[in-house]
Amino acid sequence: MTTATLERGAGATAPARAGRTSRRWRRRLVVLSFLAPWLLGTLIFFVYPLIDTLYLSFTRYDLLSQPVWVGFHNYVFMFTKDQQLRQAAFNTLWLTVILVPARMLFALAVATLMVRLKSGVGIFRTVFYLPALVPPVAGVLAFVFLFNPATGPVNQVLGALGLPEPLWFNDPNLSKPSLVLLGMWGIGDIMIIFLAGLLDVPREQYEAAALDGVNPWQRFRYVTLPNVSPVLMFAAITGIIAALQYFTEAVVAASVASGQATTGGGNANILGYPEGSTLTYAQWLYVMGFKNFYLGYASALAVIMFVVSLSFTLVLLRRGGELLGSEEATS
Amino acid sequence: MNIRLRRATALSASAVALALLATACSGSSSDTASPPASSAPAKLTGTVEFWHFFTDREAKAIQAAVDRFQAANPGVKVDVKSGQDDDKTIQAIAAGQPIDVVLSYSTDQIGKFCSTGAWKDLTPYVQRDKVDLNQIPTVVRDYTQFDNKRCSMPMLSDTYGLYYNKKLLAAAGYTEPPKTLSELRAMATKLTTYDAKGNIAVAGFVPTFGFYENAPAHFAPSFGATWFTSDGKSNVANDPAWASMLTWQKSMVDDYGYDKLTRFTAGAGDEFSAANAFEKGKVAMMIDGEYRNAFIKAEASSLSYGTAPFPAADDKSDLYGSGYVTGNVIGIGRGAQNPEAAWALIKFLTTDTDTVVAVANTIKNVPTWTPALQSPALEKDANYQTFLDVFANAKSSTTPATASGKGYQDTFAKFATDWQAGKVSDLQAGLKDTAQQIDDQSSLGQNP
Repeated sequence: MTTATLERGAGATAPARAGRTSRRWRRRLVVLSFLAPWLLGTLIFFVYPLIDTLYLSFTRYDLLSQPVWVGFHNYVFMFTKDQQLRQAAFNTLWLTVILVPARMLFALAVATLMVRLKSGVGIFRTVFYLPALVPPVAGVLAFVFLFNPATGPVNQVLGALGLPEPLWFNDPNLSKPSLVLLGMWGIGDIMIIFLAGLLDVPREQYEAAALDGVNPWQRFRYVTLPNVSPVLMFAAITGIIAALQYFTEAVVAASVASGQATTGGGNANILGYPEGSTLTYAQWLYVMGFKNFYLGYASALAVIMFVVSLSFTLVLLRRGGELLGSEEATS
Repeated sequence: MNIRLRRATALSASAVALALLATACSGSSSDTASPPASSAPAKLTGTVEFWHFFTDREAKAIQAAVDRFQAANPGVKVDVKSGQDDDKTIQAIAAGQPIDVVLSYSTDQIGKFCSTGAWKDLTPYVQRDKVDLNQIPTVVRDYTQFDNKRCSMPMLSDTYGLYYNKKLLAAAGYTEPPKTLSELRAMATKLTTYDAKGNIAVAGFVPTFGFYENAPAHFAPSFGATWFTSDGKSNVANDPAWASMLTWQKSMVDDYGYDKLTRFTAGAGDEFSAANAFEKGKVAMMIDGEYRNAFIKAEASSLSYGTAPFPAADDKSDLYGSGYVTGNVIGIGRGAQNPEAAWALIKFLTTDTDTVVAVANTIKNVPTWTPALQSPALEKDANYQTFLDVFANAKSSTTPATASGKGYQDTFAKFATDWQAGKVSDLQAGLKDTAQQIDDQSSLGQNP
């Protein structure tokens, strides 16, 4: 009986299992077909370029001829001989460390004030968000003209008040802080996210904290911060990735401030004007790849940038929550 | 095989497949076009795509020349794309875009164009149509080819000299422009005026690298400085002319003060606009190309100015009269769909005397075709004649073409800007380091 039962059982489950397998595969195919547009996009526009870049980083390639395998030559040059890269990496690190926190703190402060406003909220939201809608090139142009040391209104006002008139974008010590000012002017994108996060904090938690007699700092530290930490984490990660790829603002500011904003003929743009202080990693990558046509070397630079960006992101995802006092962010 | 292992194998296989795909897809098409016909076609037809860098007023002059070509060849339509710089055209050619004719503003990339085949070798066309290359001055013949491969023809040249404001010089008691660099320095000091705050109101001469046409390459001929040794190594540390040039330049920067110059140049107005500081009378003397004559005529016709060769180093007075020469180069892109018509257009633009003269008269560039240079139709006033003379001077020179483009000039310019800002304490050590950087960077374009 036992044997017969087992046989009957085996005989009965085989087609059922085959049917289940078939259904599972059909389900998978359906899922796959829905995913196909995304998968194809990722394969074509992310995975393939990534692998191609990795391959090119081991080659000598000038865009016009076939790549020639050179092993680690590009990486050796990068780490031992490329002096301008050191300056570009330092500037990029400086901007990452200063610009990202400065933008986040300012945006959080503005959003916090916005939450407390009793009237005119719509106007203030619009005013602070508007700069985010301005195209980056137009924004930088306006900033450089405003801060022009000789003709800009900022220095004219400072001069009228008897204050020193800095060289701003023309001073290597002030060019990066000037870019930070520009970045803080355009906080609208993250301010609006922070505002949404702050409005989402449960009011009961504030009431409970008030009953416990917490001071404003404790209320922010133990109620607000843990609640908005996922939003802060998002802003930090995207901000760091953007800072590591900082390009447009630095290029436009340098070319306009140096008076070389022309195409065709004439003198070449002064890289990182003034004195290399605005030369960023992404700019150097572009120059080596598309000005000097060392595409193999530029690919090696891109690989390292990818590794650094990925490392920053992973570290932040794993450890960032601890810094912000939220367990959610760490999970 | 367990699931994990199977997945790992599948992933590895995918990665290898993608890597192979990457290898297969990288790179660029080679020049597979057939050689030209044994004789030039009797009648040309089709469309020619022509990319050039000129804009605005200068682009109109090019369009007028193209119109003449189309009138002479009614079967050909020229599709002109103006405002295209070298970076864009190289990327387009590499991407396989079928550009028939390319006009570049710089001879610096000619090594790359020729050595990679991005521009077709014109020799078969030149020989077939018996174009007399001896009608092109030697220096121009040299900068339009690389390693004896002629992949371009010259289409007008840029020649550099000194522009000076006659009114400002006269007010300071000068009747002649400077001939040596120490004269230039003394005159610049006397011509410079300051406002109540101590800022520069009018600069005698702005020495700052990066201001308008102040590039080391443009000053180099006044010192006879050479970029490379005969074996292709950087010569900036070994040729004392470079140290002399930088020392002279820094002494002039120090005369004004670097910060004052920076503040002045920040408000000097865009180089290629009516706000140009020389055209506005804010700069008494400056180095610039012959094309400035046309800009002044269009933007500041009432300006009283003169031109002269750029002053020579005090110990190299024999170099006075020479200057920096560069030029526009034109060639056929390797993906050209209509090479015969493309060559016909190039030949028309570079060797048809009337056309060369017409374009030169409009944009005031120097003709590179001797019959055009000698043509009575070429409009020559004293200011323009200066540049024709500099162009004809046997000691005038250009920047050497390398297979790696102009990276060597950028590396030197970076050092020069550090130097003028006072960030370099030991000039010779800095030059040695710069030479090493130039050689190191060029190694990226060579097999390790």
